[in-house]
Amino acid sequence: MDDLLLNQFLLLGAVLFCLGVYGVLVRRNAVLVLMSIELILNAVNINLIAFGAWRGDVAGSVFALFVIAIAAAEVGVGLAIVLLIYRNRRSVDLDDIAELKG
Amino acid sequence: MLSLLAQGTEFVRPDVDFHAFAPELVLTGAIVLVLLVDLFTPASSRGVVPQVAGVGLLAAMVPVLTLALDGTDRSLFGGAYAVDNFALVLKALFLVAGYVVVLLSTNYIAEGDYDEGEYYFLLLSSILGMTVMASSRDLISIFVALELLSIPAYMLAGWRKRDLHGNEAGAKYYLMGVFASAVMLYGMSLLYGFAGSTLLSDIGATIGEGDTRPLVTLGIILVIVGFAFKVSAVPFHTWAPDTYEGAPTPITAFLAVSSKAAGFVALLQLILVAFPGRTDVVGPLMWVLAALTMTVGNLIALRQTNIVRLLAYSGVAQAGFILAPLAVVGTNPDGALQAIITYLLIYAAMNLGAFAVVLAVARKTRSAEISTWGGLFEYAPGLTVLMSLFLFSLAGIPPLGGWLAKFVVFRSLLEPDLTAGGVTLAVVVGVNSVIALYYYANVARQMWMMPNPDGDRTPVRIPVSLGAALTLSIGVTVAFGVTNLATRFGDLAHLLPA
Repeated sequence: MDDLLLNQFLLLGAVLFCLGVYGVLVRRNAVLVLMSIELILNAVNINLIAFGAWRGDVAGSVFALFVIAIAAAEVGVGLAIVLLIYRNRRSVDLDDIAELKG
Repeated sequence: MLSLLAQGTEFVRPDVDFHAFAPELVLTGAIVLVLLVDLFTPASSRGVVPQVAGVGLLAAMVPVLTLALDGTDRSLFGGAYAVDNFALVLKALFLVAGYVVVLLSTNYIAEGDYDEGEYYFLLLSSILGMTVMASSRDLISIFVALELLSIPAYMLAGWRKRDLHGNEAGAKYYLMGVFASAVMLYGMSLLYGFAGSTLLSDIGATIGEGDTRPLVTLGIILVIVGFAFKVSAVPFHTWAPDTYEGAPTPITAFLAVSSKAAGFVALLQLILVAFPGRTDVVGPLMWVLAALTMTVGNLIALRQTNIVRLLAYSGVAQAGFILAPLAVVGTNPDGALQAIITYLLIYAAMNLGAFAVVLAVARKTRSAEISTWGGLFEYAPGLTVLMSLFLFSLAGIPPLGGWLAKFVVFRSLLEPDLTAGGVTLAVVVGVNSVIALYYYANVARQMWMMPNPDGDRTPVRIPVSLGAALTLSIGVTVAFGVTNLATRFGDLAHLLPA
């Protein structure tokens, strides 16, 4: 892989990362926040695989596999928590979740 | 697939040193045992589950001790997993603190409307992640250990699933934690790309030596910010008070002590092994984080009326004290390492003790409001004395452990020679210690001098497990204060040279 191609992948990763961070900070729906976090993780995977291919090193792809597997477990737990909130208050709006203050 | 495998070179079985792995293996065995015991015992005799979990944690201490007596540093998987004195001291801390959390949980979980088997299963899984974290010297193993300790903790924080506060605690902890680990991973991907290796020692050799390319600096900052969430450093602390209040109180103690210590362990490994040449970035960043964390934490703690929230903000402030030595890591790396390990050991003992008293008092008052603690001395003099000792230790009054912890932080900031950053931060630490004394003393005043709000003077009945936790934590808090045990552990804990 030449340097120009690497740059394009890194740029794609950076754009996805920024979109994800923007989504986490701005979106108020818990499910959309989870999707934004997935965008960040995909930016990470693109970076890792692009760097790995550029260096001809397998560690990047292995790291990306770990990220994919653990992200799946994370989202499983996250959706379970969101589901609990929905059962108890019929809404997944993060602005509503503000019982505790101080 | 098979033809592809046949083309490959002949598989060589890696030489695995099972003794080095033994603490984790024993803990894994205990995790399986807890699940099986929960499955095959009738609901009436579930009381055996916490005992199995406690024995499992103590059994995992045995290989830690044999490894410590053996004394050789071991390095596995090409340096990705190291068993040195640093790792062993911290594994012992995580296992003993975990045992105390099991003692705190025993009655709380049994008497509440909670699932018992899964609770201890998740608690042990999280502790397993922490023991792995203590040995991780590679980006991938740090990431896996971080998630292994965090994911069960998200579920434990939201354990009271029919309670809106419990839901909120879980949701806030989860969202902030996952966002932080995603940001940290992006930083790790940049570091991997520029260093070409995930090993911390290789990263230290290639980019640590004054590589000032902006993307490398960005990677370092993102990774540190990711762990700043874990240790609840300001401005990334917003989850901590809400999660601490809404989570079951034993889990609050667990998050405030073990989970925070695990974050510091990862920070130490990254800063001392992977970024030793970039203290120009790390030092100022840590100076700002430490000063902000202790000041903001203390100022907000001043106006808390709930004891758990007070301890949450005091924990934020204490995290600032623990971060402070990292600001001078460029001039005094050994002193910073020793100060942080010493502080973590003492902080674990005194904070777990304070939470044990909160749990004991809440058995009678059914509340965590400080106003309900009035007149505690009349009906629970023992608990009052213990709580006062823990609070004064947190405030740093000699001869209790907290005093020594503050002392080593000051010493690391002012040695080997005075620097502008070290001296100014030492002044900030000093001012904050005085502010902290005010709100700790305020709780003590409530217990000793204020009248009993409801006139109910029935003594507090302390169950055996809670009594054991109180005895253990007060013993360690006093022992660390009057002897030099904690600093000796701190001296022992040298990282394997990169």
